[in-house]
Amino acid sequence: MPVTQTLRNGAWRVVELLTTPVVPADYLDVIAPLRNPDVLRARIEAVRPETAKSVTLELRPGRNWQPHQPGQYVRLGVDVDGVRLWRAYSVSSAAGRPGGTFTVTVNAVADGVVSSYLLNHARRGMILTLDLPTGDFVLPARRPGKALFVTAGSGITPVMGMLRTAAHELPDAVVVHSARTEEDVVFGSELRDLHRQGKIRLIERHTGADGRLKPADLSELVPDLFERETWACGPGEMLDALTEHWADAGAEDRLHVERFRPTVLVAGDGGTVAFERSGISTEAPAGVTVLDAGEAAGQLMPSGCRMGICFKCVLPMREGIVRDVRDGSVTTVTELDEPVLIQTCISAAAGPCRLDA
Amino acid sequence: MTTLQRKDVNPIAHLTPEDIEAIGRELDAIRDEFIAKRGEKDATYIRNMIKVQRRLEVGSRAVLLFSLFPPAWIIGTLGLSISKILENMEIGHNILHGQYDFMRDPKIHSTTWEWDSASPAEQWKHSHNELHHKYTNVIGRDNDLGYGIMRVDEQQKWVPAHLGQPLYNFINAIFFEYGIAAYDLELGRNLKTKKRRSNPAFRAALRQVGRKIRKQAAKDYLVHPLLSVPVGLAFGNPLGAFLGTLSANAVASVVRNLWSHSVIMCGHFPKGVETFERTSITGETRGEWYLRQMLGSANISGSKLMHIMTGNLSHQIEHHLFPDLPASRYAEIAPRVRELFEKYDLNYVSGPLVVQVASAWSKVFRLALPNRKPANDIDHSIPPRPAPAETVAA
Ligand code: FES
Repeated sequence: MPVTQTLRNGAWRVVELLTTPVVPADYLDVIAPLRNPDVLRARIEAVRPETAKSVTLELRPGRNWQPHQPGQYVRLGVDVDGVRLWRAYSVSSAAGRPGGTFTVTVNAVADGVVSSYLLNHARRGMILTLDLPTGDFVLPARRPGKALFVTAGSGITPVMGMLRTAAHELPDAVVVHSARTEEDVVFGSELRDLHRQGKIRLIERHTGADGRLKPADLSELVPDLFERETWACGPGEMLDALTEHWADAGAEDRLHVERFRPTVLVAGDGGTVAFERSGISTEAPAGVTVLDAGEAAGQLMPSGCRMGICFKCVLPMREGIVRDVRDGSVTTVTELDEPVLIQTCISAAAGPCRLDA
Repeated sequence: MTTLQRKDVNPIAHLTPEDIEAIGRELDAIRDEFIAKRGEKDATYIRNMIKVQRRLEVGSRAVLLFSLFPPAWIIGTLGLSISKILENMEIGHNILHGQYDFMRDPKIHSTTWEWDSASPAEQWKHSHNELHHKYTNVIGRDNDLGYGIMRVDEQQKWVPAHLGQPLYNFINAIFFEYGIAAYDLELGRNLKTKKRRSNPAFRAALRQVGRKIRKQAAKDYLVHPLLSVPVGLAFGNPLGAFLGTLSANAVASVVRNLWSHSVIMCGHFPKGVETFERTSITGETRGEWYLRQMLGSANISGSKLMHIMTGNLSHQIEHHLFPDLPASRYAEIAPRVRELFEKYDLNYVSGPLVVQVASAWSKVFRLALPNRKPANDIDHSIPPRPAPAETVAA
């Protein structure tokens, strides 16, 4: 219908004129932040403690949300002390819940700025920024006859999403889960219930008493483990060991792992600055600004005042760590963050940096 | 700082170079302290300010649907004026300074914010953040100083055209947003020669301003007035409704222009504020840059409401020292800065709005006439500058 289409576009342009220089949704944000078509947000509908150090957030996503597949994760943008930081959390609820909400379960990690903030400050009604679900750590549409889940600590979260969605469709599922103590097992009672009902075979391991689980122990606990389609999620060393074990047995295609990279960046002095689009990369010593280092390396750099007041020199940093040469304050951007615009004229590398330029 | 040295009383004669560097270090320490404090409080402040402004604007515009009726016209115009002032001063100006970039919220960021003004944010950032804030009060470098049309210092050469400067200044005040757009474009300079007129960078910037003005004008003088027509029809006076809203929007824009012009004039014009010679800033140290900001700016004293309505530019001195710190912190910073002025025996220029506005205007009038005493020898030529680059970001 080109005529109605044209009319509608015309009408919309008039509405946009009403609100220029901003867009209509910016006014709507004041009353209905979830309705913004350009910014995906979520409202916390409920906060439920799981263990002493973990909490489940029930989230109502805003417009343009796409439902997740069990096992996938979402990135959440959380404003901690006024600064938006992004972290990835597995969706722990079953797929296709009525009402459109979903849950993530957050485990406080040592020095985890965002996780401890959510543990202590998440409240009903709070608005978070959100990204669409991603990740290929998922169950196939044709459910496997024999399944194995090996998880440790918060690694149970994506698996819980899978079990809640599909436990009844898995004829033979074994869950091997390690946690420090019995009380530390996230979703402990729900897992034990599933075990009692015969939906899964749960093997719980308490590393505080029994020590870390080794791949060799696994073969004892689950003798037919290489015949099983396996999903593993937990600390890096555990996943490395499992990957090796499965590769040795020639069963690597059966193992699916989900890694949550540690996102700890430690400020040092100087670092390699890589300009990704031009392919230029240069060693920037401590105290030399990214602007100077880039120019010296032949990178075309925007600039203005060169003293930190005009903001004309900003470039997006995808990942890395820089120090403000005036006050020493440090800005870190992890792979999970949205790129952060840094003022190159007053920022010196404090570690390797990747810039989108 | 040669200009100061040629004055009858040099305000910094008592400072040694070491003193000046010490002042720089003390100011850096204050900055560090407030950078460390920056956080949730500031984020909440600006978000709430945006919320308040948007509600006020929508509310006022709703009232103005009934602009046919004088009480509605008065209330709506008043609300819209306040909303436009907040939008320009406390929100737009400060966000465009990068004061809230630390929040990493792409919606409230100096690179994405666009404001309710004839001047596109991007152009304004160049002329204001870069030229004015770096070259504060340097004659021939800082266009804010007299906007290139006025004589602002006794030591500038007088020509008969200066006789008209009170009038120019008044007209500039009324159409201030267009004046700013013109001076961001460096219109006078760029229209002078055919070569400059046809420079593609200048033409692109001109088109950008044209687009912005068209949209702004369509909003205030066409679309919103048209929206009141149905109410007008219901009461048998559609033309009255249209004109009512149109005039309300025009008045609100002029009120905003007069207000921001006054506030901005108070920032660098009142008695006691120094100006600097172009040659005085070559090889300037950080301490000297800070000192120039201290001597080149003036504050307005008043209530909290007053500070909010000026976008905290009432704390012009603090703003010029720390242009990228959240403006709502300037009130906390001010006593510390003032102490520093006292410690080093410098003149902290501050006064109530009326006094400062009167002082600035009297300077405009005084300098419209030639000096009684001959001026000291000062280089007030406009420095040659390379032609603007061929490209301009869209
Ligand atoms: S060049 Fe002006 S802030 Fe970096």
